[in-house]
Amino acid sequence: MRDELFCSLFYITVVTVLGISGIDMAHKAKNHSSPSSPEPASLQVEDVSANSNGPKTAEILIDDDQDDLFAEATEEVSLDSPEREPILSDGPSPAITPVTPTALISNRIEPKVIGVPSMFERSLDEVEEEAGGDLFDINISVSDPEKVGDGMNAYMAYKVTTKTSLTIFNQSEFSVKRRFSDFLGLHSKLASKYMHIGYIVPPAPEKSIVGMTKVKVGKEDLSSTEFVEKRRSALERYLMRTVKHPTLIQDPDVIQFLESSELPRAVSTQALSGAGILRMVNKAADAVNKMTIKMNESDAWFEEKQQQFENLDQQLRKLHASVEALVCHRKELSVNTASFARSAAMLGNSEDHTALSRALSQLAEVEEKIDQLHQEQAYADFYLFSELLGDYVRLITAVKGVFDQRMKTWSKWQDAQVMLQKKREAEAKLHLANKPDKLQQAKDEIKEEIEEWEGKVQQGERDFEQISKTIRKEVGRFEKERVKDFKVVIIKYLESLVHTQQQLIKYWEAFLPEAKAIA
Amino acid sequence: MLKEGKLFFEIYLHFSLLVDLNNDASLLIDIPDALCERDKVKFTVHTKTTLGTFQKPEFSVSRQHEDFIWLHDTLVETEEYAGLIIPPAPPKPDFESPREKMHKLGEGEASMTKEEYAKMKQELEAEYLAVFKKTVQVHEIFLQRLSSHPVFSKDRNFQIFLEYDQDLSVRRKNAKEMFGGFFKNMVKTADEVLISGTKEVDEFFDQEKTFLLDYFSKIKDATSKAEKMTRSHKNVADDYIHVSATLNTILYIPLSIPLSRHLEKLADLFEKLRKVEGRVASDQELKLTELLRYYMRDIQAAKDLLYRRARALADYENANKALDKARLKSKDVAQAQQHQQQCLQKFDTLSESGKKELTSFKGRRVLAFRKNLIEMAELEIKHAKSNMALLQGCVELLKSN
Repeated sequence: MRDELFCSLFYITVVTVLGISGIDMAHKAKNHSSPSSPEPASLQVEDVSANSNGPKTAEILIDDDQDDLFAEATEEVSLDSPEREPILSDGPSPAITPVTPTALISNRIEPKVIGVPSMFERSLDEVEEEAGGDLFDINISVSDPEKVGDGMNAYMAYKVTTKTSLTIFNQSEFSVKRRFSDFLGLHSKLASKYMHIGYIVPPAPEKSIVGMTKVKVGKEDLSSTEFVEKRRSALERYLMRTVKHPTLIQDPDVIQFLESSELPRAVSTQALSGAGILRMVNKAADAVNKMTIKMNESDAWFEEKQQQFENLDQQLRKLHASVEALVCHRKELSVNTASFARSAAMLGNSEDHTALSRALSQLAEVEEKIDQLHQEQAYADFYLFSELLGDYVRLITAVKGVFDQRMKTWSKWQDAQVMLQKKREAEAKLHLANKPDKLQQAKDEIKEEIEEWEGKVQQGERDFEQISKTIRKEVGRFEKERVKDFKVVIIKYLESLVHTQQQLIKYWEAFLPEAKAIA
Repeated sequence: MLKEGKLFFEIYLHFSLLVDLNNDASLLIDIPDALCERDKVKFTVHTKTTLGTFQKPEFSVSRQHEDFIWLHDTLVETEEYAGLIIPPAPPKPDFESPREKMHKLGEGEASMTKEEYAKMKQELEAEYLAVFKKTVQVHEIFLQRLSSHPVFSKDRNFQIFLEYDQDLSVRRKNAKEMFGGFFKNMVKTADEVLISGTKEVDEFFDQEKTFLLDYFSKIKDATSKAEKMTRSHKNVADDYIHVSATLNTILYIPLSIPLSRHLEKLADLFEKLRKVEGRVASDQELKLTELLRYYMRDIQAAKDLLYRRARALADYENANKALDKARLKSKDVAQAQQHQQQCLQKFDTLSESGKKELTSFKGRRVLAFRKNLIEMAELEIKHAKSNMALLQGCVELLKSN
């Protein structure tokens, strides 16, 4: 804790001095410093400290024009601490460290990233205001899945195209090639940086060993094509959700992911890698902690919200299951309609009454068109309705995770208080003891420790308040977004249903005169 | 008693497998009522007649499915009717499907909300009712085909069936003992061989034979495929129930007002959509699946006629051979000759009446297909328009918010 404060203070001093050299530097910096270069750390830190005009005081920030606001935020964030560097390399995700429970907690709260010192908060607030408006102009598409390599080492490369007017990016339109593990790597980094301080990080699409294996061995059938399309669509939605988040879009990892032509391979995302196993162990440890932490909730808002999300989770999963059943039955309907169409055609051929024969053949054609219709409707059922629900089931898990982080933060604060109490008791004991030679040394030590733990208690309280504040904001944003999201997607889905009915009317109206013509 | 609900009347009106039945005022038959006791269905057969052959002008009797089968079998066994298409026997009432579904529903009750369970139960009850109505109709149509036929309407056993105010089960047992189910026990598959094996001189029957054999297998396949298609439709309608129910449950969770409103509209929409989809499925079943199923059985009855004619031809050819043999041996020639003449006559009568029957059968079939296909197309259009109105209404509401 202390280290962090010291570092920040140092940098603020240095940079303020540099900052006096003028605002123009900032503009230049904005255009030149590209955190997207794969060259690690040192280069970037140099760039930043050389060019930026640093984190001014909040007041000055307000005066800047909106474009600069973004630039400042980016640069300020990168200025944060040199520990930033590892994030951009392909080293193991910082959160994955020693396994013992207490060590876990303390390591997680390592101040490597956006400790969001309060002076930067203003800018982020303003950024978030813009999030509601048109200034958040960015669109990402994931396309052109391409198989690279052969056999079990093969993988799918996707083209990620970004179109934006935001100035944190170097260009307004650009593309890169990414593979699935790159996306997982990005999510892993973002989760380790932001989740423990209360940000709801959009979850990445799920892995599928079966699906991917089929693609690798070159099975060019319908199911592997569908799998690739499902994944492509999921990756696109994932990125869009991520960049819509005002804090995440400024994260250097996100920017690098979107812009950089080369990305260090994220091996730590593999399920069976060392990092992967540590992740699993961490998850298990989390589950245990969750059960043992009994938090005194003083804030009714949190209690209510947690309950709401719990209920929502349950019901959404049920709804998702119902819609998945619908997709399945709609596909069956399509297959059965096609089967009937073929049968009706055969019947028409067999029919010896000419007019009836023709009508039956027409019926067969209508049913064939209808089977196509059902097939398309099943896609809409899936890609619009079912996937929306699936995404939200996963998002809510992320939201619940963030509430858990708050609990952990509280717990750490409480632990610090307990420790402080212990140290005080120990001090009291020392004062009553009768060992004069060791006494002074011990008293001094204890005094130092007490100071240390007092600091930790204060930090714990601050962290707890901060995470509570962040979560409130994040939940508010989440609730706003989901209404928009839901409305847009559901309208699209309903329109697909309308289209199906329109086509049905068309087909049957065309058939009717044929039926009437039977004489 | 049959539940006189809206569903009842609509199914009745939509169920028109045959046309121009029950028009002859001299003998009007209908089944106004039926009672379902566990596995047994008791039909109330109501007759109104101006014919003097009956004791009263109007009367009703209670009959079971087995009684209909008895009647059908006696007609089949009657030599004089060999040249006629015997109307196919109504199939046994089959409540297996809704009963199984009801059982499954009972098992899954715990995992559903009260409303969801109530709606599913409602759907199943409607399905049960639909099966019930279908079986009543198909039994009714069997009787109406007999009553509107110049020959069958005069059948003695038919009269007994309509009039005899006691239980027919005693008669049924006697009949079984008398005939021993002779024709029924014969291997039915043999008729295919017999029909196709016999060389056909008559062009009409040659064409009919080719046509009926092929058509039967095609219509049988079409029936089963139509059945599968209708079942899938019902599954989709059921899924809409679950979606609507879960959306309603979500509304209990405190959400923002705009989101609640959206979800409410969506829940309401799916509830309405499922009703329409349910109707699409049941209309398709009645107009298409049932049509195909009925005519599949009718085609079988026509094939049976061909079989009987083929047998008569075989008998005639055998009688010819016997006559030749008798002539050679100069023994019992007159007898053999008489037998041969009888066979020939029988064959000729059969062929003549058979030709008439098959021709009118084609006409009947074409008319029924026409009527049902038109009605199906019209209903599909009607339901699609309802669906569209519901959907567009909802889209408008969502967009306007």
